[in-house]
Formats: sequence, structure tokens, C-alpha cells
Amino acid sequence: MATAAIAEKPLLVEVKGLRHYYSGQDHLVLDDVNLELSQGEIVGLLGRSGSGKSTLLRSIAGLIRPSEGIARLVPGPDVPDPSVAMVFQTFALFPWLTVLENVELGLEAQKIPAPQARARALAAIDLIGLDGFENAYPKELSGGMRQRVGLARALVVDPSLLLMDEPFSALDVLTAETLRTDLLDLWSEGRVPIKSILIVTHNIEEAVLMCDRILVFSTNPGRVVGEIRVDLPQPRDRLDPAFRALVDDIYARMTARTEITAPMRDGLFPGTGIAMVLPRVSTNSIAGLIEEVDGTPFEGRASMSELADSLQLEADELFPMAETLQLLRFAELRGAELVLTPAARRYAQGDVDQRKALFAQALNQHVPLVQHIRRVLDERASHEAPARRFRDELEDYMSEDYADETLRTVTLWGRYAEIFAYDEEADRFSLEDAR
Amino acid sequence: MSPDRNSARPLPAFSRMLRLTRPSREDAIAFVILAGLGVLFFRAAEGAVAPLSTLQMAPVTLDPWDLPYYAMRTVLRMFAALFASTVFTLVVATLAARSRHAGQLIVPALDILQSVPILGFLTFTVTFFMGLFPGSVAGVEAASIFAIFTSQAWNMAFSFYQSLRSIPTDLEEATMIYRLSPIRRFLKLDLPFGTPALVWNAMMSMSGGWFFVVASEAITVGNTTATLPGIGSYLAQAIAKQDFRAVAEAVGAMALVIVAYDQLFFRPIVAWADRFRFEMTASTERPQSWVFDLLRRTRLLPVVLAPLGAIGRLLLAFEPRAGRRRVMGERQAHPALERIWQVLVAIAVLGALFLTARYVMHYLVWRDAVTAVLLACVTMIRVIVLIALASLIWVPIGVWIGLRPAWAERLQPLAQFLAAFPANVLFPFVVMAIVHWNLAPDIWLSPLMILGTQWYILFNVIAGASAIPTDLREAADMFHVRGWQWWRQVAIPGIFPYYVTGALTASGGSWNASIVAEAVSWGHRNLVAHGLGSYIAEATTAGDYARVALGVGVMSLFVLGFNRLLWRPLYAYGERRMRLT
Repeated sequence: MATAAIAEKPLLVEVKGLRHYYSGQDHLVLDDVNLELSQGEIVGLLGRSGSGKSTLLRSIAGLIRPSEGIARLVPGPDVPDPSVAMVFQTFALFPWLTVLENVELGLEAQKIPAPQARARALAAIDLIGLDGFENAYPKELSGGMRQRVGLARALVVDPSLLLMDEPFSALDVLTAETLRTDLLDLWSEGRVPIKSILIVTHNIEEAVLMCDRILVFSTNPGRVVGEIRVDLPQPRDRLDPAFRALVDDIYARMTARTEITAPMRDGLFPGTGIAMVLPRVSTNSIAGLIEEVDGTPFEGRASMSELADSLQLEADELFPMAETLQLLRFAELRGAELVLTPAARRYAQGDVDQRKALFAQALNQHVPLVQHIRRVLDERASHEAPARRFRDELEDYMSEDYADETLRTVTLWGRYAEIFAYDEEADRFSLEDAR
Repeated sequence: MSPDRNSARPLPAFSRMLRLTRPSREDAIAFVILAGLGVLFFRAAEGAVAPLSTLQMAPVTLDPWDLPYYAMRTVLRMFAALFASTVFTLVVATLAARSRHAGQLIVPALDILQSVPILGFLTFTVTFFMGLFPGSVAGVEAASIFAIFTSQAWNMAFSFYQSLRSIPTDLEEATMIYRLSPIRRFLKLDLPFGTPALVWNAMMSMSGGWFFVVASEAITVGNTTATLPGIGSYLAQAIAKQDFRAVAEAVGAMALVIVAYDQLFFRPIVAWADRFRFEMTASTERPQSWVFDLLRRTRLLPVVLAPLGAIGRLLLAFEPRAGRRRVMGERQAHPALERIWQVLVAIAVLGALFLTARYVMHYLVWRDAVTAVLLACVTMIRVIVLIALASLIWVPIGVWIGLRPAWAERLQPLAQFLAAFPANVLFPFVVMAIVHWNLAPDIWLSPLMILGTQWYILFNVIAGASAIPTDLREAADMFHVRGWQWWRQVAIPGIFPYYVTGALTASGGSWNASIVAEAVSWGHRNLVAHGLGSYIAEATTAGDYARVALGVGVMSLFVLGFNRLLWRPLYAYGERRMRLT
């Protein structure tokens, strides 16, 4: 029923063939994104960090110009001049302006006469539940209150489209929940004049709680790899089996997606061989995750959503860890489930030296960049090599930031496994005091 | 949203201004102080536009009763320079931060100008400004103000530029989403964000300015001697007449003035600017100022701030009608335009090179350059030795003070006061000592160079030592880390970045001070030490512009070289390796 209603509503946002490059032409952030947003719906952009979803949001907001393609607001009969407002993850409040002055910011810029602007700002502050804080400065407020100011500032300019960039991720769990509920109430009761909401998040449950439609993004480059319609009635209940099933389904899709785009295990992360981009996952996280899945109640097999709950991790944080385990053949991702391999079970039971040995073995066999560095060090008479050399090599395949991060990760792993040593001051790898 | 429901609400932000109460005691105090300042101000301003002949008719006398008037003239000069520096900063730094092309030229220029010895410029500026206002005191006045301006403007602009570059992206995005015009954006975001750093920098620059006031109020260029009424020329007169009492009076007056403007001007501003500090947590320790509290209690604050608001509204009157949304990042200019810009810059550089080369070749021979570089090496040895000596003395003392919060709180302002105190007023005493004991000027004049700048090392070290986290100190205590190990592993790494900042400032200041410190006089006795400073000073007195230019150029190169090759790498090293967070 919801689907039919949405389908009849006029279009508000149109994104066609959008591509965006960073740092010239060499790093693709968004690849061929198409998106249509109708009036009356809340749409979520779900993806990990680095999937370009914030870039897409900013293209729609008109803050950045996409390298290719279009992102535009569509004027309709009832919205001749569509406008946007944005709520920021970091609130983006001006610390030297009071709550009232912060809310009036957009109205002042539009040259709304002062008495009218004040009345509208006070009404918005009232609506959002900030009564009595008009003269407070942001630093006097809690995080939740600050985001309410951000929300009031966005609503007061009567935008057709409300853009939200991870609006609740800087808040604690309880505060975030309250704010979500309040926003949904305002929306469903029609007390805010906005036509649609586009929300960027990496929190799967948040997306399922709030959105009518969820677009799942892949990483490197960002593409829309799945669209999920959520037809559960509002208010939604996290413990509802249908809700849980949907969350699991999205986990599975996000996992499955990595298998579709990467048939080989080496290709889990974008690029193959030494060109593989490695996320910053510490050896402690790897050990911790293996221990958690190995122990009760999981006994070597855990569903990703339960694992996220029990470790209190966001999907965004859990996925890189799980995929690192998969890369090292310590685990396999089957659907929405993470299954440990025998090597990982041995790792979980081993002492420090055995763990290091298992880890070193996995690195040597499955991480081409580790093999490469070790080979170069072995070949050289001095058994030393500047890290710069490998960074340059990586930059042939990936952006500078990724090259840096990948090399850092490999350095961290290689040092822990005692495959090679690294001197930060000299920025050199060596075999010194490595086994 | 129904606006009507709330329209009857009072306007709380302005209620304090509207509430009329009976005048209080604070009102009276504030009024008297303001009135007194006003009278002094107008008295002093009258003198600044008088015809030049009045300088000859009413030469600077050593009558102590004239000192308040002289002090006021000097202070007026300093505030005029500060005002000019602030306007310069707001315009130039904002331009550099907003426009890529302007930034490419302005930023390196500011960076270099910061290292140029300002005292060497006096020669050119005095001639220039006297030509600009022929026959009026205003010309000499402007030259003196300009000398102070040049000691303040560059680092104020540079710091404001750096503030603007560090504005968080989300705030910039918010100004774009809500379509703030460039002017409104400047008033709501750029200016408030940069204010705390700017105020702090202005305060430090004002301190530095004293040195130049003393040097620039009484200056002789070739045949022209210009003596402006002020503390600086009073002092110069006292030195020429070997009048001890007058020197002491001048020094006392200066100390009073420094304390007065600190209490009446800077502290209230620092207390006021605290609201613009970019932080999201309410800090426990806020800067205190009794004047600020007084103004707030007497409800005079809105009156004092009204001109600022008026300027803001005036600027907003130029705002375009409808705010258009602008796109983040640089718009790619047309490649041809870009090419033309580059060509223009190249032509300007080549032209400047040609003009300078032709000028220098015309007046100078190669030997002059060799002489200047050799003398610069002599001065460099002095600077290095003095910085090393000052570090040996002040680092242990600074660390000792910094680790004792009660002492640090009391002594930190004192160190800042000492840094503000123009060391050149103490030079005569040293000259007398040297003459009395018949010492070698080449060695014993040297300490004068660092007399005023050593304090930068001290108060930076104090700040660094107080910033060493308590848990680290406790850990060191627990493991009985003592003696050399304690210095090596706790104290020195803890203060290192602070020490480098202090030493950088001190060394730059010492180079500059060498121009007045290497050639000193007391009455008719002139003492000269060999070095680039005395080279410039003598060329100035002789009106030999080409040699002054050469000396200033060589000194700038040495200072720049020092900064680039020694201090910056050290600072980067400290940032990388010794940051405690």
C-alpha cells in the first residue's frame, strides 16, 4: 500500500549517471549513481565509510559539483522552487551564537525581516523541544540538545528536502533513539513542512527503523548495489521478528555483495595482488573477534547482526574486521554468517608465540604486499628498504590516502608477526630483530 | 509551525540594555575613566597634525610634568598602528584565504616580511612619509606609526590567515547550505573564529611595538633629524644629555603605560574574546578582567561594542539582494586565464629582479656584498652564542617555575611584561659600564641583543612545563626518574615544541635588535661592535640607502635561512616525535 502511494507522488530529486573523482582523475569515489526520490518518503543511503554516500549527499545539496552526471532538485506543481537544508553529523553550530541566533542564521541570510524571523525561529525551537534554551550557547548544551538545534535550524527555513549526514552517530545510544523517535513523530504527524528526507547512515538498524527505502552502497568506488523497500508500519519495533529478519537480510546483502564483486578471495578488498587496499584493522581487533566467535555462545559460527550487538560495533566497523579474517583464511562469510576456519580455532586456543606464528603464516600466504616487502628485504644485501619505495609503488594503483593506510596496516601486521621491522624515524623497513 | 503563538515573547537578548536603573558607583568610576581618556586622546591628537615647525619651536624637554603628555602621544601612535595592522590583517588575510591566486602571492610575502629587520626600513619610510606630507608633523608621525605597523602587521595577518584556513569544514558547509553571502559569512564565521588568536597576537605585537617606538620617535637620516614628542624621544634626549633622573622617569612612565593599557585595554578584550573560542565544552578557567566586569555591570558593554555592530551593519548594507548558493572548492578557471595569470606573475618577478639588480649594481661593488656577508656571520655567531647562553639559564628556571602552578601563575605575566619592556632603554647603563671598566665592545655589547628577547624563551618554557601532563610526572616520580634521565626523558621532550617557538622568536628578535645594539651611545660616547647591525645603523646615519638596502637584504636572508634550515625542521621534529598526546 505504501509502495503504491509513493509511486504516485511527484519526483523531488533526480540523480543521473553521477560520477565523482577525488584528487584529479585517479580516484573514483562515486561510480554511475542513479537515484530518484519522490515526495513523502524517507530514503536511507547505507554504506561503509568511504562509500561516497556523503559525497552524494553533498552533490544533491549543491555543496560540491560532481565530476560527471547530474544531481538536481525537480520543481513540481506544489514545490515550484525546491530547497534543501542539512543536518550535520558534527552539528556544525556556531559556538559564539546563541541557540536562537543559530536558528535564525538561514532566515537572516534570506533577508527575512527581523520580527518575522524571530517569530519563526522561536516557533521552530518550540517545535523541536528546546523551549527555555533560546539564550543558551551551544557549549552549555548536551550533544542531543545540540543536534536538536541543528534540526531546528534546518526546519526553520522550510526546506522541501531535509538532508541528514549521519545525524545521530555522534550521540549516545539512548539520546539517538529519542531524537529519531521525535523526528519520526514530527514527520508522521505532518507537523514539519518538509516533503522528503534523505539520510546517510552506516547503522543498519537505524536505516530499517526510519526509512521507507534503503539504498545499499558498495565501497571503492561507491555504487548503489541494492535497494530495499521497508514496508513495516511505523512505529517500528526492533524486537519484531520481521524487523530482525530485515536487518539480517541487509547484513547478508552487504556480505553477498562482496562476493559478487569479488569472486576471488584476494579481491575481497578492491584491487588484487599488492594493489589490494587494506583497511586499518589492528591485530588486537583480529584476535578479539576470533576469540568472541570461538567462545560461547557462538562456538565458531556467528550471525553478523548478533555479533555486532554483542561486540557493540557498528556494521561499518565490523565488516572490515570480518573481511580481514576472511582474507587471512581465518573465517568465511556465508550469507550473514561468519564461520571460523580450523586455523582460527587453533589461533584462539594458542599462546602468544603460537598465535604470532599462525598469523605470520597467514600473512605470508595470503597478503601479497607482505610477501613483496619480505622478498625485497631478503634480496637486498643491507636487508633494508625505505618505506617510501613501497608507498610510491602502491600509489600507482590507489590514491595517496589509501596507499598510506594500506602500508600502515601492513606495517602493523608485519611488525606484530615479526616478519619485518620498521623504523618510524627513518621510515625504513628492515629485517633487523625480525625472526 | 505557528509564529503567532510566540510573537508576544520578550526579546531576552536585549533586555539588559533596556532596563533603566539608577546610576551606580561603577557607572561613576567608568565615566570618569572614559572622560579622562577622552581628554588625553584629543589633546594628543591635536599635536599630531600640527605644522612641522612646532617640532622645532617646542623641542622635547626633560620636564617630568610633560611626561604624561609624551606618554599619551606615544600610546596614540601605538594604537594608531595597531588599528592599521588590524584593518590590514582583516583585509589581506581574508583575501589570501578566500582567493587562491591572492593567497599564492600574499602568504609567502607575509612569511618573508615577518623575518625582515624592520629597523633597517626606517631610513626609507621616514624619507617617504616626509615627502608625502611636506611641512607637517603628520609625515614624521606617519613614518613612526608605519615603523610600528611593520612590526605588527605581518605576523597578525599570518596568524589570522592560519585561523581562517583551519575553520572546520562543516561550519563552512553550513554557511553555504544556508546561503550566507560572503560578507555575512565573514561576520558570522571568519571573524569570530579568528578573533581569539588575533587578539592574542595583537597583544604580543603591541609588546614588540615598544621597541620600535623607542627607536622610531627620534631618528636621524642623513641631514634630517626628526624628533617627535613621545617617551622614545624623551629617552633619547635624556641619553644625549646623560641625565640619569630623566632616564629613570621615562622607564617608570613606560612601565606605568604598559600596565595601564594591559589592564584597561587588552585584558577586557581577552575576556570578551573568550566567547569566540572554538570549543564545545564550557571551560572552567575563563580569563578575568576587572574592567570587563565593570563594563558589564554598568551595562556600558553594549555601548562600547556598539561601534563594532555599526560597522557590521554598514558592511551588510553592501550585501547583494538574494543569497545565491555557492559551490564548494575552487572553480576551475579557464586554462587561458590561468596561463595569463602565471605569465603576469613571472613578468612581475623578473621585473623586480631586474630593477633591484640594476639599482644595486649601480651603487655597489662585489666587495660590499662580501663585507656584508662576513659581518652577518659575525652577528650570527653572536646570535647563536647568546641563544645558547639564554637557553642554559632560562630553560632550567622556566621548567622549575612551570612545574609549580602557583609560581607559574604569578611569574608568567611578569615574563610577558619583561618581553614587552623595550630593552633599548637599558642600553645606556651598559655603555657606562663598558666605558667605566674599559671593556671590549665587540664582546660586551652583544648581550644587549638578547636583553629584550630572552623572555620569549622563558615564558614559552614556563608554558611548556606547565603543560606536561600530571600523570607523566607522577609516573616519573613513581619510578624514581631523577637527574639527567629526568631531563632527557620527561622535561626536555615535554617542553621541546614550546622551547623551539620561544627560541625562534628570540633569535628573530635578536637579529633585529642588533641594529640598535651593536652601535650604542651615551652622551658623546659612541660604542660600536663589528657586525651587520652596526653596518646598517652606520649606513642609516650616513644616509647611504644602497648599503642600508644591502644590509637589510643580507640580514633578511640570514633570518630566513635560520628559520627554514634550523627552527622549522626542529619544530617539525618536536611535533612528530615529542608530542605528548
